[in-house]
Amino acid sequence: MKRWMKQVGWRHAVGLLAVAFSLGPILFVLSAAFNPLGTLSSSQLMPTGLSFGNFQKLLTDTDFPKWFLNSVVIAGVASAVSVFLSALAAYAFSRRRFRGRRVGLLSLLLIQMFPQFLAVVAIFLIFGTITDYWPSIGFNTWWGIILLYLGGALGVSTWLMKGFFDTVPRELDESATVDGASHVEIFFRILLPLVAPVLAVTGLLAFISTINEFVLANIFLTDSGSKTLSVGLWGLVAAEQRNTNFGIFCAGTLLTAIPTVLVFQMLQRYIVEGLTAGAVKG
Amino acid sequence: MTTQLGGPVTRALPAPDNDEPPERNTGLTGRIVKIVLLGLVVAIAIWAAFPLVANEAWIGLGILVATTAVLLWLYLTPRHIPAKYLAPGTVLLIAFQIFPVLYTASTAFTNYGDGHRGNKDEAVVAIESASVTQVPGSLQYALSVATTGNPATGPLVFLITDPVSKQVSAGDADGLKKIDDATVSSSGKVTAADGYTILNAGQASLRSKEITDLAVPVDGGAIRSSGLSRAYEGKAGRAYDKACDCVRDTTTGKTWTADESLGAFVAADGERLAQGWKVGVGFSNFTRVVTDRSISGPFLSTLVWNFAFALGSTGGTFILGMLVALALHSKKVRGRNVYRLLLVLPYAMPAFAMLLVWRDMFNTDFGLINNLFGLHVNWMGETGTARLAVLLVQLWLGYPYMFLVTTGALQAIPAELSEASRIDGAGAWQSFRRIVLPLLMVALTPLLISSFAFNFNNFNAIYLTTEGGPFPADNPMNGATDLLITYTYRLAFGGSGAQYGYAAAISIFIFMIVGVVSAIAFRRTRAQEEVYA
Repeated sequence: MKRWMKQVGWRHAVGLLAVAFSLGPILFVLSAAFNPLGTLSSSQLMPTGLSFGNFQKLLTDTDFPKWFLNSVVIAGVASAVSVFLSALAAYAFSRRRFRGRRVGLLSLLLIQMFPQFLAVVAIFLIFGTITDYWPSIGFNTWWGIILLYLGGALGVSTWLMKGFFDTVPRELDESATVDGASHVEIFFRILLPLVAPVLAVTGLLAFISTINEFVLANIFLTDSGSKTLSVGLWGLVAAEQRNTNFGIFCAGTLLTAIPTVLVFQMLQRYIVEGLTAGAVKG
Repeated sequence: MTTQLGGPVTRALPAPDNDEPPERNTGLTGRIVKIVLLGLVVAIAIWAAFPLVANEAWIGLGILVATTAVLLWLYLTPRHIPAKYLAPGTVLLIAFQIFPVLYTASTAFTNYGDGHRGNKDEAVVAIESASVTQVPGSLQYALSVATTGNPATGPLVFLITDPVSKQVSAGDADGLKKIDDATVSSSGKVTAADGYTILNAGQASLRSKEITDLAVPVDGGAIRSSGLSRAYEGKAGRAYDKACDCVRDTTTGKTWTADESLGAFVAADGERLAQGWKVGVGFSNFTRVVTDRSISGPFLSTLVWNFAFALGSTGGTFILGMLVALALHSKKVRGRNVYRLLLVLPYAMPAFAMLLVWRDMFNTDFGLINNLFGLHVNWMGETGTARLAVLLVQLWLGYPYMFLVTTGALQAIPAELSEASRIDGAGAWQSFRRIVLPLLMVALTPLLISSFAFNFNNFNAIYLTTEGGPFPADNPMNGATDLLITYTYRLAFGGSGAQYGYAAAISIFIFMIVGVVSAIAFRRTRAQEEVYA
């Protein structure tokens, strides 16, 4: 028994403590969401009742279904396209030698370090003009904010992917070249399938960060119908409504987790492999 | 090592990667896809060109045509293969990231902000129309308040009828504009006009402050409202005099002379008019941080806390994540997959929402934490507890990621290595310290650096929990948990007047700090050489 404690028992102890820490706040959100009173002051760690009143209010009294749709479409399209753009760039950086390659890689890293949202004034002015000229890609539109997010497509994820591309032996492309494949065919037919894990991981990371993005969305989407989940839910617990709307807010939080969990489930088998492989390098 | 790679590497490498080999026939499908995509580019460009032509935005049109031409040329020539792969992301990067960042950086050298938005002429117009007062004999109008947009938020317009010529005009801050197609009642009040929504009494009274503030500039004065249904044309109490380049008060005779270096009108006794204009101020926004004692003191303490926060969040999440990963990294532990699934759940929850939930869990009166432990601590009210609280929140949010990453890296380390060291007589701690940890660090350092850079500017973590508070009684601008980025955000968009120029200067500081720290860190690891290899 003592030996078991020393070898395995402490591992379970650490694991259980960590699980308790991880699940505590989530349990609290769960009980608050099903709390019939729906206020912060009446919410406890353990569920005190089971009521769908909060969910019902969320779906009927607010624009939540619209926010949900907006978030899923915006985050889905923006992350998928940005993964593709990033993969294109990573291919060039990994497989091609050209002038400005090193500078290009370094500047991608550097640009990320400028606190981008401090450029919101400039972005606001730019999109003010865009809204005047092309209302369909201006404020309060899907396309506008997707384009804005795509501005950050090249960046850390390009680095991560480049690291992963580097681990695929160059001999593969070379032999394909000898067999008469063009660079396009090498990219789409040979490399993309091989780097699927890192595509999954960067896609998931991009999806999570887009669906959580708050500052840009907050200035960009002002119509209630065009808001994303982060902006909409934030409005629910702003200022005085903090206590009364807490249950509704928690119900919204739980529903917001659904798309992320689904994407996570879909990509799960690649996740652990991809998260580190880019950094480890074989 | 790296310096060699800067040169013409093309020839040194085994693969014949110079841009010369002609593109081979990619087959029919490839060709069709290419034609369709290029056609789409042209179609989008044509669609985008119409509004530019209509608005006579020739520079914009030039950029559009040039970009489209370069793109077409790039994808039709067989050369420049790397550029073909880089172009789509780069175009978006330039338009929506580099350009805004450069624009912001350029405002760091100006006094751009509230009271210094437009040029000098606009400032003069604003000063003159703000000083308008009703004098005996002023023209009186029947006023209808209207808007071109939503009655609650749209821009306000005054609709008035000239009592003599019966001409109906619409006026806003830019001046008067004649309009036709308006219905006027017998009293001279406009009751309907094409393209305008007239506010009813209720809607107008909700916006009475804006209506009182609106002055429509006309020659020698301005039209202002008196109440919600009357307007008068008043005489300007202050007028700009070109001869002395100053603003003179017509009743007292006091003058404010234009100071081009400040972008403001300043009187002999030092009094400044609130309305100024935008001018370049050189490096004064930067030197202000260092020389102004009331700024540099709090700035320094914010900087120190900012470093502590970034190091604490990164280090804390890494240590806890690694500890749990090490504990579960053993085949003897049953149910490892269940543990893993439960442990990464926080990562799947929306972070912005969980930050708000944590904020409320720390609530003094009905927060979960005080309830659970029977405490009555004002968590967000004291410097120490507030800082502890935000770090704890970061730990919860961040450690599942570190756990995942460490687990992956541990699996990549061959078990034989630590087994061999155990046989050689190393204890568990020694084998971890000498074998496992160094290997882990090689794999994870780049991730730790980027986590540091992210946390250094982790706006949401502070803004959604403490909003920078608690604030010292004498300084409402700089709170105990403020990061540089939340501090800057408050400067730029906070309640007490926007200071975009100064905020931009600080964001350049932030940029340099993060850049230097990351550069040093990268240099110390071999990460860079590996990446360029």
